[in-house]
Amino acid sequence: MIRWLAPLLFCALPLQAAETIVVGLSQSSVSITADFDGSEILVYGAVKRESPIPTEEPLRVIITVQGPDTALTVRRKDRHFGIWQNRAAITVDRAPSFYAIASSAPLRESLSETEDLRHRITIPRAIRAVGISAEAERSGDFLEALLRIRRAEGRYSLRESSVALTEQTLFRADIALPAALTEGDYKVRIFLTRDGRVVDRMERAIWVRKAGLERFLYQSAHEQPLLYGFAALIVAAAAGWAASALFSRVRW
Amino acid sequence: MTLYLPIAEVSVNVYLLVGIGGIVGFLSGMFGVGGGFLITPLLFFIGVPPAVAVATGSNQVVASSISGVLAQFKRKAVDVPMGLVLLAGGLAGSGFGIWVFAILSAAGQVDLFVQLSYVLFLGIVGALMLQESLRTMMKTRKGVPPLRRAHQHSWVHGMPLKMKFRASGLYISVIPPLMIGAFVGFLSAVMGVGGGFIMVPAMIYLLGMPTKVVIGTSLFQIIFTTAFTTVMHSVTSQTVDLMLALALIAGGVVGAQIGARIGMRLRADQLRVLLALLVLAVCIRVAMDLLLTPDEAFSITAVALP
Repeated sequence: MIRWLAPLLFCALPLQAAETIVVGLSQSSVSITADFDGSEILVYGAVKRESPIPTEEPLRVIITVQGPDTALTVRRKDRHFGIWQNRAAITVDRAPSFYAIASSAPLRESLSETEDLRHRITIPRAIRAVGISAEAERSGDFLEALLRIRRAEGRYSLRESSVALTEQTLFRADIALPAALTEGDYKVRIFLTRDGRVVDRMERAIWVRKAGLERFLYQSAHEQPLLYGFAALIVAAAAGWAASALFSRVRW
Repeated sequence: MTLYLPIAEVSVNVYLLVGIGGIVGFLSGMFGVGGGFLITPLLFFIGVPPAVAVATGSNQVVASSISGVLAQFKRKAVDVPMGLVLLAGGLAGSGFGIWVFAILSAAGQVDLFVQLSYVLFLGIVGALMLQESLRTMMKTRKGVPPLRRAHQHSWVHGMPLKMKFRASGLYISVIPPLMIGAFVGFLSAVMGVGGGFIMVPAMIYLLGMPTKVVIGTSLFQIIFTTAFTTVMHSVTSQTVDLMLALALIAGGVVGAQIGARIGMRLRADQLRVLLALLVLAVCIRVAMDLLLTPDEAFSITAVALP
C-alpha cells in the first residue's frame, strides 16, 4: 500500500508548492585561521513560480543561520546570608551556539505560532529545555537570561526587515558571523511564508572549520595531550630563558 | 590585531593579551607570587572561558616564574634546598587537598566555603603584614637602626632534623618548611589558586627568611607546581590554549624581568608594604564579588554533549 502511495506523494509535493526557492550562498565553508575576525555570508536567491504572483497576501522571506548545538548549564546567583552565591541552576538540553534570524518583514506578521512551533524558527523555539521547571523555581527567568546574555555576546540575533525582497521574487541578506565562532556545521534555512504559513523551505549547510596552525594546535591538544602539555612547558621555559638572556645584556 | 584562539574558540586582541601577561609577570617577578588570582578573572573578562583561563594561566606562570627566577639566580637570591623542601611538602599537601576537595564538593556548598576562607585568610595575612612592615618602615625613617638579629629562637628551633639553608642564613629543622609547604599545597588544591600569597608571608614571618631570598625561592617552587598543573590540565581536560599562552608568555617573561629589577632596587620593608597592599586588594576584590549585587545574576557554562 505504502509502496505504491509513495511515488504519488512525490508527484504531489511540487504541485502543492506553487512557489519554490532557488538559493545561493556566497561561500559554503568558512576557514578559521589565526587572524580570523568574523565573516559575512551573503544568502541570495529567487522565488521560482509557474503562475503569476498571487495577489492576496504579500510574500515574506525568513532566513535563519544556526550553529552547532551544545548542552548548557545556566546558574543563578542569589543573596543568601548577605552573600551572593550560585544557588540555583538549570540544564538546557540543547541550545545553538549561534543563531541569527533575518526576515523581510516583522516576524509577527510573517509567521504564525503553529508554523513557528513546527519549524522551530524563532530563537526560543530553537532551544530545547525539557523538564527545567522541576529544576528551579521561576525557570522561565533562566531561559530569558540565556537569550539576553547570548544576544549581548552577539551569538543570537534577530534582525527584522533586514532581508531585501524585490518584486516578491529576488531576495538577499547579509548574515554576520562573529569572531568568536564555534567549529561545526552551520545550518542555513530559508522559509517563504504567506499569511503566516510556510509556503516553501530550503536548507543549506556551511562548514566552519579551523585551518592551518589553529587546526594543528587543536588536534594535537586532543590527540596527544601529554606531548602537548610538555610542548607547552618547553615553550614556557624557552621564553623565560630567552627573556632573561636578553635582559642580562641590557644594562639599565 | 586580533588572534583566534583554537581551544578557547574566541577571537581577542593580541596587544591586550600581551598587556595582561606583562602585568601579571611584573607582579610575579617583583613579589614572587604566581599571579593566577589575577590572570583568571582578567581573561574571563575578555571572554576566555574560565577552564581555559585557569589552565593556560598556569602555563604562563611557568614562563614568567622561570624568567623571574633566572634574574634572582644572578643575585644568588634563590634558596634551592629550601625550595625543594617546600615543594616536597607542597606535593603531599595538594594530594591531601584534592581528596578533601572531592569530599567537600560531594557535600555541596564548596564554593562558599572556599571563598569565605580565602577572604578571611588573605584579610588576616594582609593586615598583619601591612602593620608589621609599616612599623619597620617608620623606624627606618626615624633613623632607628633596625635590629639585626640573626633570627629569633622559637619553637621552630627545638625540632630535630636540622638542616643548613645557606642562602637564607638559616639552620633549622626541615619540619616547619615541610609543614608550611604542605599547608599551602593543601590550600591551593582546595582553592584552585597557586598559593604564593600565603607562601611568601609564611616564609618571611614563620621561617624568618630574608625578604629578598623569599621572592626567588617562592618563584623556584612555583615553577614546579604550575608545570605539574599545566600538564595535568592538558591531559585531563585539554584546556591549555597554546596560542593564548604564547601571547601571555610574550608579555609575562618581559614583565617578570622588569618586576625583578624594580624589586631588587626597593628596600625589603617597602616590598613588604606593597605586597601587603596587594594581598589586601585581592581580598577586597573577592569580598566585593560576594557582597555586591552582580550586574548579571545568571551565568552560562557549556557542557560537552555526550
